[in-house]
Amino acid sequence: MRKVMTGNYASAYGAKVSRAEVIAAYPITPQTSIVEKLAEFVSSGEMDAKFIPVESEHSAMAACISASIAGARTYTATSSHGLTLMHEVLIWASSARAPVVMTNVSRAMAPPWSVWVDHMDSVAQRDTGWMQFFCESNQEVLDTVVMAYKIGESRDVMLPAMIIEDAFILSHTSEPVDVPDQELVDSFLPGYDPEIKLEVGRPMGFGSLVRPDQYMEFRYKAMKAMDSAHERILSVEDEFKRAFGRSYGGLLDEYECEDADVVLVVAGSAAGTAREVVDSMRSRGIRVGLARLRAFRPFPRDEFRTLAKRVRGIAVLDRSYTYGAAGAFYTEICGSLYPLVERPTVKNYVAGLGGRDITPGILENIFKDMIDTTERGEAAEPEWVDVEGLERRWR
Amino acid sequence: MALTPRTTIPEEEYAYPGSTGCPGCGANLVMRYLLKGLGDRTIVTIPACCWAVMPGYWPSHCLKIPMVYCAFEATAASLSGIRAALDVRGETDVTVVGFAGDGGTVDIGLQALSGAAERQTDAIYVMYDNEAYMNTGIQRSGSTPWGAWTTTTPVGDAKGFKREPKKDIMRIMEAHDVPYAATVSVGHPEDFVKKVRKAKEVSGFRFIHAYSPCPPGWRMNPMKTIEVARLAVDSRIFPLYEIVNGDLTITRKGKGVPVSEYLSLQGRFAHLSEEDIAKIQIGVDEAFAAMEKRAATKN
Amino acid sequence: MTKSYEAIPLTPISSEPSTINKTGLWRVFYPVVDLEKCKKCTLCWKFCPDATIELVDGIPVIDLEFCKGCGICANECPAKCIVMVKEGEG
Repeated sequence: MRKVMTGNYASAYGAKVSRAEVIAAYPITPQTSIVEKLAEFVSSGEMDAKFIPVESEHSAMAACISASIAGARTYTATSSHGLTLMHEVLIWASSARAPVVMTNVSRAMAPPWSVWVDHMDSVAQRDTGWMQFFCESNQEVLDTVVMAYKIGESRDVMLPAMIIEDAFILSHTSEPVDVPDQELVDSFLPGYDPEIKLEVGRPMGFGSLVRPDQYMEFRYKAMKAMDSAHERILSVEDEFKRAFGRSYGGLLDEYECEDADVVLVVAGSAAGTAREVVDSMRSRGIRVGLARLRAFRPFPRDEFRTLAKRVRGIAVLDRSYTYGAAGAFYTEICGSLYPLVERPTVKNYVAGLGGRDITPGILENIFKDMIDTTERGEAAEPEWVDVEGLERRWR
Repeated sequence: MALTPRTTIPEEEYAYPGSTGCPGCGANLVMRYLLKGLGDRTIVTIPACCWAVMPGYWPSHCLKIPMVYCAFEATAASLSGIRAALDVRGETDVTVVGFAGDGGTVDIGLQALSGAAERQTDAIYVMYDNEAYMNTGIQRSGSTPWGAWTTTTPVGDAKGFKREPKKDIMRIMEAHDVPYAATVSVGHPEDFVKKVRKAKEVSGFRFIHAYSPCPPGWRMNPMKTIEVARLAVDSRIFPLYEIVNGDLTITRKGKGVPVSEYLSLQGRFAHLSEEDIAKIQIGVDEAFAAMEKRAATKN
Repeated sequence: MTKSYEAIPLTPISSEPSTINKTGLWRVFYPVVDLEKCKKCTLCWKFCPDATIELVDGIPVIDLEFCKGCGICANECPAKCIVMVKEGEG
């Protein structure tokens, strides 16, 4: 069924067709319409789920974790300060191997107060053990929620997943979205059935104290699970494509990269703009491409290494910054490429913080700057794009 | 079996020996009596507290029922999640229990507790009150009473020992209109189990405030755990009562012994002057008189 | 003994009874029951924090493998039939 809907409604429909059983959520701009819609689904009986209107995001995640350990398929959604408040329990979720699925509407952190898009909230959760999927369209949001359950609940994965929507650009912008038939989703995604769950008659303690002589083995298992997630993301997407006819390019979605000299790495909604810019520059004979970072965790290390063998320059656009270092996407890509004997030139562009527009003009200027940098072959420091007061103009 | 204990508490044990609680631990008894009252169709969630350590290192488990650990401030959120998951499965007869210490309840866990109580989550929340952060080594909590020494309220100068009164969690819970709230003590197991059984039959959010002596934290001989618990009731410093739909009933009046008898067993009060003790006595007398007055006027 | 990562569950799920912890080793004093004086009141059973006391015909049998020697039973016994004796003495 095709409907015109926002990214937030796409998230809510994703949870609905996935038959989430326990939803615990707390409102925050610009996530609110997700929980409103889900509350509506539950109260109208369209969704057979328990909705827990918790008193904080920390409790939302804590409730989802325990419900998940007790065998329920769980969903929550948050944004920005809500996500960072959850930080402790995000780590708890992955360590408890609870395959919770959550939408994060990626929004800037305060101060200065800002409700607009920025990836700092999501990127700051990099080390929590969650899979992270940055989405480009509302359709991708819905489809990724469904796929995330299947990936996360795989016996060889058992990890939580975060679906990331850019604030307002996806969350509040309407697009035509195909809501897949329930029967089709049901055959793609069976009910959650963990090997062991919290239940009466099985006297077990979940999450016990572990001595130093055993702790690392548990962590090693989680690491292996995230490695398995890499393969699962690809295989589940294949299966999804066969069932629904749509796919999103795995962990690193490449566009016009086959013969590109220089590619731009970007995550989230700015990829849509970048595709236009790539088309426009190619029409003028400039061989550029786009590598959309779809999964930040697990990180597409091998995909970047393969890409790096084909291109001369990689421009990395970060919509967040790690102060005192560089953009996180940039440092991770550099880290992945370091073992290669021959490496392309890589440069970091920090842009679009706090909802600042990333315009086609800015992206074209980034491509041009990257082509120059690649030709000069020099090491380049991270550059902040479109900041008033800096000499360089990007618009 | 010829066992005929002169008690009304069930013989059935839901705890194994070998818990790693300290000798004379009151919290061990709180769990033991709680489960005797609830039986085995019970699931417990436990945050950071002594009880997160007491089941022992993995793979040791000291209870005959399932339990799940949760983050320090998340007990009431965790029990909400378990309740919802069980309801989805149709297991509405299973009792879900949040079991947390006093710091995890009146301090860091208060927000989640308030949320779950306000939502009338169908569960029982048990606070075992040893009146300080004992698992971390005796730091003051909101539940530490006036006059007590802890490592963060050291004795010595004008600021020595805790100068603020104990936070009254029962009044806070009452303000949430919970259908059942009760105080219990390890010194009175029959009263304890009776109240737990009563709580089990009520639906909605139920709160049990359990008095739980801590020999190392209270600077007390471990053999005195029960004696001090009984003195707490007899001196009326910890009265036993229940509040059912707003009606308060005192379930053990206590003999009214001087609080000095209670205080003198515990090294944490050793520094108190006669004036300090007199001040505590006045506070206890006034509070108990007010409680008796309230108990006499039922809704 | 450290177990291989392949031999452990996904997350530490504990299912072995805590009787693997021989807490009797902690003991400084151990309880000695004078069976002649025992009135079978069962208070010792009721107040043992570690559930180490079993009643056989109403008479306490204390499992010294787990008894931590707290002495609550001795303190509470109305017949004064339990005494605490220092390990290695008596």
